[in-house]
Amino acid sequence: MREDNDKNFRFLHARPGAVLALVCALFSLPPASTAAPDAARRAWLDNLLAQDCGSCHGLTRKGGLGPPLLPGNLAGKSDALLVKTILQGRPGTPMPPWNTELSADDARYLVRQLRRGPMR
Amino acid sequence: MRSLAGRLHAWSLGTLVVLILAWLPGCATTPLRGTGDLGLVIERTAGKVLVVDTTHRRILGEVAGLGDLSHASVVYSRDGRYGFVFGRDGGLTKVDLLRRRIVRRIVQAGNSIGGAISQDGRLIAVSNYQPGGVRVFDAATLAPVADIPATYGDGKGRSRVVGLVDAPGNRFVFSLFDAGEIWIADFSHGRTPVVTRFHHIGREPYDGLITPDGRYYIAGLFGEDGMALLDLWNPKQGVRRILPHYGRGERRLPVYKMPHLEGWAMAGDYAFVPAVGHHEVLVVDRHDWHLVRRIPVHGQPVFVMARPDGHQVWVNFAHPLNDVVQIIDVQTLRIIHQLRPGPAVLHMEFTPRGEQVWVSVRDADQVQVYDTATFARLAVLPATHPSGIFFTDRAWRIGL
Repeated sequence: MREDNDKNFRFLHARPGAVLALVCALFSLPPASTAAPDAARRAWLDNLLAQDCGSCHGLTRKGGLGPPLLPGNLAGKSDALLVKTILQGRPGTPMPPWNTELSADDARYLVRQLRRGPMR
Repeated sequence: MRSLAGRLHAWSLGTLVVLILAWLPGCATTPLRGTGDLGLVIERTAGKVLVVDTTHRRILGEVAGLGDLSHASVVYSRDGRYGFVFGRDGGLTKVDLLRRRIVRRIVQAGNSIGGAISQDGRLIAVSNYQPGGVRVFDAATLAPVADIPATYGDGKGRSRVVGLVDAPGNRFVFSLFDAGEIWIADFSHGRTPVVTRFHHIGREPYDGLITPDGRYYIAGLFGEDGMALLDLWNPKQGVRRILPHYGRGERRLPVYKMPHLEGWAMAGDYAFVPAVGHHEVLVVDRHDWHLVRRIPVHGQPVFVMARPDGHQVWVNFAHPLNDVVQIIDVQTLRIIHQLRPGPAVLHMEFTPRGEQVWVSVRDADQVQVYDTATFARLAVLPATHPSGIFFTDRAWRIGL
């Protein structure tokens, strides 16, 4: 098997100690949830919201496999419930938990964006 | 009496006018050409499609005004001139690839997922989430022909419809996500369909496909492991479950993008399908439908597509591992190559005989073209958030 781009990680296979050091370094960093997302993170989150959330909820958030997420649809739902839904998903539905890559602050930012409605 | 010179002058003017009139429409027509090497690329956020030429690997132009294309697909008229684009917002748009403009456009429902063209090329069917069901239109005019509400249970609820394909005999076959049913709508006797329903086919069918010979319809299940198989040569035998045990007892990973069962990666004795919630491609024996092997891959597969000669199977993956494409060799069932086209690889489409594959890389705003023998990148074309790529040879393939 040939791979084009796994060279960056090859050293990890050779040096298990390096993996341990890397993992320790990662966990010693302040948790992502202590700070509001910065501009770069917000841009990434906006793209995620439009494109990947949009896969199921529609680019215009009018729904698809997932329900519509326009401000009117969310009006009766608390921020806490929406944040929890994003982070933990909805078991028994196709909505997956996003806590694998999103912090609570990321989710709170997404909820704020959802309540604003789609751009334009 | 007018002079000879005056008459000549009038004659020249007349000739000039005739020449101009002859030349004007000539401006508006494109040079004569076929459409067999053309295709459409969806620009999902721009609501546009690009018309592309696979011989010269270039973009010929674009057609705008197609609405919300966050989920979109295309089927073609049998002459390969017109693409019917199904948008997320219920839009059905007939696009002329030669003149590169919209011929007709309707918004036929609130929320749609895909469509199909009938065997005789006269009917376009659209599968809708809202209102749940299938609506059928005249391919020439897009005038309504039939409405098939996907009612179930006590008859009040309507299911979202997925996995709509055409089948021989001017039939459409589709699955009801919420109801767990497969329906056949038979238009062979005219414009009022005869609908046959199959109940309890499994929980939450998420997509469906038909084998290239038009015999087997298979629905993938999201709500449980396995797939539902219907033999359209012997529909009275009913739907049976295949692959019921794969992944059983293993934790299923969260699914960040639903796999697609477009086409049917059939090669040699095997069919290749994406495993839901696992980093695996499943290899199925196409004679008795038993599981032959689970091939570990980079992420959760979205599209698992056989090169037209059946020698290779190309796989792309769900968010967040969606920057990679892997290629499986069908003889050894091993991954022989890996490409990293860039962020958010959404779709792959082979040229009719498979020497090239076109790959959409959404977050790089690119369509990339690869040589499938050498894996060399042949071209990079600019496109705004490209998603589905659809070439006109689909016009002549059952189920596409």
